[in-house]
Amino acid sequence: MAVLANLLVDGLAYGMVLFVIAVGLSITLGLMRFVNLAHGAFAMIGGYVTALLAREALWNFWLALTAALVLTGLLGALLEALVLRHLYRRSELEQVLFTIGLAFFLIATTNALAGPQVQLIPLPPELAGSVDLGFRTLPAQRLLVLGAGLLVAAGAAYTVTRTRFGVWLRAAVDHPDAASALGIPIRRVQCASFAAGAALAGLGGVLGAELMPLEPYYALKYLVLVLVVVAVGGMGSIAGSLVAAVALGLVETASKYFASQWGSLFFFAAMALLLAWRPNGLLKR
Amino acid sequence: MNTAPRVAPPWRLPAIVAAAGIAAWFALPDQLGLLTRLFTTALLVLSLDLVVGVAGLATLGQAALFGTGAYAAGIFALRVMPDPLVGLAIGVAAGACVALASGAFLLRYRGFTLLMLTVAVAQILYSLASKARDWTGGDDGLSGFSPGPLLGRFAFDLEGRTAALYALTVLVLGLYVARRVVDSPFGLAVRGIHENRARMAALGTPVFTRLLAMYTLSGALAGAAGALSAQTNAIVGLDSLGFAVSAEALVMLVLGGVGRLSGAVIGAAVFTWLHHTAASINPYHWLFVIGGALMVVVLMPPAKVWAWLKSRKAAS
Repeated sequence: MAVLANLLVDGLAYGMVLFVIAVGLSITLGLMRFVNLAHGAFAMIGGYVTALLAREALWNFWLALTAALVLTGLLGALLEALVLRHLYRRSELEQVLFTIGLAFFLIATTNALAGPQVQLIPLPPELAGSVDLGFRTLPAQRLLVLGAGLLVAAGAAYTVTRTRFGVWLRAAVDHPDAASALGIPIRRVQCASFAAGAALAGLGGVLGAELMPLEPYYALKYLVLVLVVVAVGGMGSIAGSLVAAVALGLVETASKYFASQWGSLFFFAAMALLLAWRPNGLLKR
Repeated sequence: MNTAPRVAPPWRLPAIVAAAGIAAWFALPDQLGLLTRLFTTALLVLSLDLVVGVAGLATLGQAALFGTGAYAAGIFALRVMPDPLVGLAIGVAAGACVALASGAFLLRYRGFTLLMLTVAVAQILYSLASKARDWTGGDDGLSGFSPGPLLGRFAFDLEGRTAALYALTVLVLGLYVARRVVDSPFGLAVRGIHENRARMAALGTPVFTRLLAMYTLSGALAGAAGALSAQTNAIVGLDSLGFAVSAEALVMLVLGGVGRLSGAVIGAAVFTWLHHTAASINPYHWLFVIGGALMVVVLMPPAKVWAWLKSRKAAS
């Protein structure tokens, strides 16, 4: 029983981290049809900035986290406005190549600036301990991950379905030309969504630092996992990404608990089955 | 008056590559290991070109075919017999079989879904190879085999003279086969599917069967490249099934030019040379170089730059 409960908590936390990183990529892919393989690099940058500010500059953890989110968001907006938007109308292959080149470049830059070693994020005392929930005691960091994941899911769902920005976003997804003719500022919607996705990836990088160690190759190492979540969940579907991330997170954690010598076999087998069953994603219209 | 389009004879590209390869073999006697790797890689990129450039299917799973060929040739040499040509045939057959089996599943999907499924197939094979330690050696790699003399006469020497010529021969043969296939009615049908799938289906071309046949041929060539790599290095590592092999092969193909068979050879040569030069300084410099090269190639495609240079020349 205790093993199962641990598995559930770890699997859910892992799934939430995957979801937080993947949601931005899912929106970019669904909204702009842009394959951004440098998305993992945003998560890495978020984690690195938090780690360096909190450890070397001795900033408060929450302050460092906020700074990291703002910074990755700005970086995302800058990249989108200066370079990436010129690639929206190019073929998928060209987008893949450019963004993977960008990821290589950011990996090399990260290594040049911070060195090849694994970066640890010092947790503040209120996160380092564990919390007694009455029926179980859980590490506070896991609770933060679960809470943040649910918050991001709820926030994203609210933004997309209930706000004016969400209406614009969906209009831009469904019919960009008509939306633009109706006076919706498509360029600003695209730029803002890209920046928000990058900032969320940065948050995911910080939250997941214990499960996915921060090192220069982070940007490529976990990229495949995030892409899998997006593909299985259905491009552009936030609820789909959440379901896919939690399901695959549970599968990966369970296979680490019970069959670690099989590596990621079950993760990818589950993915292949889910994709073969629903090629356009679990919750795609 | 001759109005038929001029088509290069099928032996021209293989002949040029053979001449350049032999010249390099004489000119760089202390770089034979690098040349062998170049020839092997070029064959792998050629196999990828048949899928990506000719058939227009996005794949990031070519390592599945390459690695299977490598492991098949290695295991065959270790357990059955060391003859390199039979081992090569085994590698070709293994690559083709995996391509046939996985293609029957993969080719039902398109676009991003296909891309992710090819990654999944390669990763599943990677996990299986890592698990089957008794057969593949797991993380330690498969070693302890050495190929016997070629045709019973030419032994693989330490400097790698035989290995380089052997790899070059297989590459030239592969290029010839690929050229003949691409220019055949079958190749034309596959190129037609690339350009307009619906129209080819309406014309009565069995789209799925044609694509599967092309994917299987690509698997055979990738298997040959894997077998070459196993025999000339006398070791097969788990990374021959890894994601990096697929990604790098795709990068080389784009550097050289997608859809042209010469592009595969040029891309492999440029990439291998860059890698050799930059990585010997610092492996992270290599990422700077290749990352920068990729971004530049996309922003300024080689074809456009050529056209610009030509127009400048014509103007002056």
